Amino acid sequence: MNTKNFLYISLFTALFATSCKKDDAPAYDSNVKADLSVEFDNVVGAADLALNTGSYTNAAGESFTVTKLKYYVSNFVLTRTDGTVYTVPQKDCYFLVDESDENTHEPLLSIPEGEYKTISFLVGVDSLRSTMDLSQRTGNLDPAGVASDMYWTWNSGYIFFKMEGTSPASTMMGEYMYHIGGFGGMTSSTINNIKKVTLDLTARGVPQVKSGKSTNIHLMVDVLKMFNGSSNVSIAANPMVMFDPYSTTIANNYSAMFRHDHTEN
Amino acid sequence: MHRKHFIILFIFVAGIAACSKDEIADVFTGFQKPSNFPNTVYHFETNPVTKEGFELGRKLFYDPILSANNTISCGNCHIPTGSFSHPGHSVSHGIHDRLGKRNSPPIMNLAWSPTFMWDGGIFDLDLQPVAPITNHVEMDDTLVNVLNRLRNHAEYPSLFKKAFGTSEISSNNFLKALSQFMLMCVSSESKYDSVIRNQTVFSSSEQQGYAVFRQKCSECHSEPLFTDHSFRNNGLSITSVNDMGRYPVTLNDTDKYRFKVPSLRNLAYTAPYMHDGRFFTLDAVLDHYTGSVQLTPNLDPFFLQGAQPGIPLSATERENLLAFLATLNDKNFVRNTLLAEH
Repeated sequence: MNTKNFLYISLFTALFATSCKKDDAPAYDSNVKADLSVEFDNVVGAADLALNTGSYTNAAGESFTVTKLKYYVSNFVLTRTDGTVYTVPQKDCYFLVDESDENTHEPLLSIPEGEYKTISFLVGVDSLRSTMDLSQRTGNLDPAGVASDMYWTWNSGYIFFKMEGTSPASTMMGEYMYHIGGFGGMTSSTINNIKKVTLDLTARGVPQVKSGKSTNIHLMVDVLKMFNGSSNVSIAANPMVMFDPYSTTIANNYSAMFRHDHTEN
Repeated sequence: MHRKHFIILFIFVAGIAACSKDEIADVFTGFQKPSNFPNTVYHFETNPVTKEGFELGRKLFYDPILSANNTISCGNCHIPTGSFSHPGHSVSHGIHDRLGKRNSPPIMNLAWSPTFMWDGGIFDLDLQPVAPITNHVEMDDTLVNVLNRLRNHAEYPSLFKKAFGTSEISSNNFLKALSQFMLMCVSSESKYDSVIRNQTVFSSSEQQGYAVFRQKCSECHSEPLFTDHSFRNNGLSITSVNDMGRYPVTLNDTDKYRFKVPSLRNLAYTAPYMHDGRFFTLDAVLDHYTGSVQLTPNLDPFFLQGAQPGIPLSATERENLLAFLATLNDKNFVRNTLLAEH
């Protein structure tokens, strides 16, 4: 190879390498945090949930209304398309979705820029936080504040999921109440209804999280699945379920009520 | 100085010393672990007891502002002269004289207690007051309401500022103040404690009763707190209330009809006895153990050693045992002015 050719080849290689590098240059800076909102859109089957006014029918053939729907989501973890995992700092990561308060429907997370393929979260409050000193349970977990309606005082612990309404099938003055909790017990082992939900985001739109943008993951939360699941829940048979062995059936059912509908990048 | 003057001065100084000695009972000296007690289980590292925090807790404890209609304070059902129990009441009457289903337990030595309530449903002293405040038959209020009333009160914000450095009243500092007061309710000055500390001796009857106690009671009522903090079924007959004790807390079948083993300290002040206050006298309690223990689900195996369920006691053993139990009464505790309403 003569000198001239060598120079050409070197120059070409260098340019090519540079251009390649330029194409691979990260569009995302994982050192920069950006907003990602996760919308919990409560629905009943194919219909939007209308508190108090909407009437629906479950698999047991019982018609019902929903007068109250609240649940905790916490401990969000997101996995990038390259497989790396980001765990949202736990203390910023407890949200109470309350159907009657629109401001609670879209928890806002601050996560590193990037493209993400899965999201996972807990429905409920982890056992560690459930037993922490009261000074570590502020904001959405304050039993004198947001959590006052979602806390069992006689059997220390958070209520993870609360759904109430009316139904002619109920033998309890036409009402039903499901208050589901149980973190596994502090002084004795007992029921654990903490549910981990993991959703694939690739089929319905990978979120491209970038500073300056406001990416939104839109989840549909079908509360009909609380009734209709691997074991159908009947209002006539169980109009009221609180801290009770049967609560595990309800928790298993509602853990399947979340699905990714679309992403707004 | 004249010798005579010196003597007068001495008498004068001695007089002052004597005066201050009388007041010592009313002086805050912080939380102190009695020498014959084990290590505490409360998390003092997140809530150190201070004079200001304790005094705030004491004020809150006796203030009916914690109830929905300003009528019921903690002290209503936890009376200091009753070792902070509700003497004479099988179950207590709360707001609008509504009745509960369980006997108001004494508040004493809670720094050593891993769980609270007869069923142990509460695992942190800080979380305990929320239950009576929100219970329909007790104070029937919400923490949100209580905190709002305290925030709008003429004195409380400045008292919180003194105790916690902030006049902002949160569930955290509100409940921690109450904990500070309750933690200071330490009963450790009974005759039994003095004997253990080699400051006095038992009478012959007390000594023999101590031997009976060790043979027949200490399995559950272990020294020096006189409870092992476990949950047991002691064979009480099941009433129409059908209180299943710890079962609703754990949902384990083996916890049905089990209740927390209560301490035997200060029995002279805490009658009636048992989780539902069904026995008015210690004699009635001993009658139960000697002759009326029922074979109900999960009866503690300790009661199944003899021909019939229960604990046999001869007349002499019974007499001596009662003499020993009387040495567990701590009159300094029930008269402690530091713990009384101010």
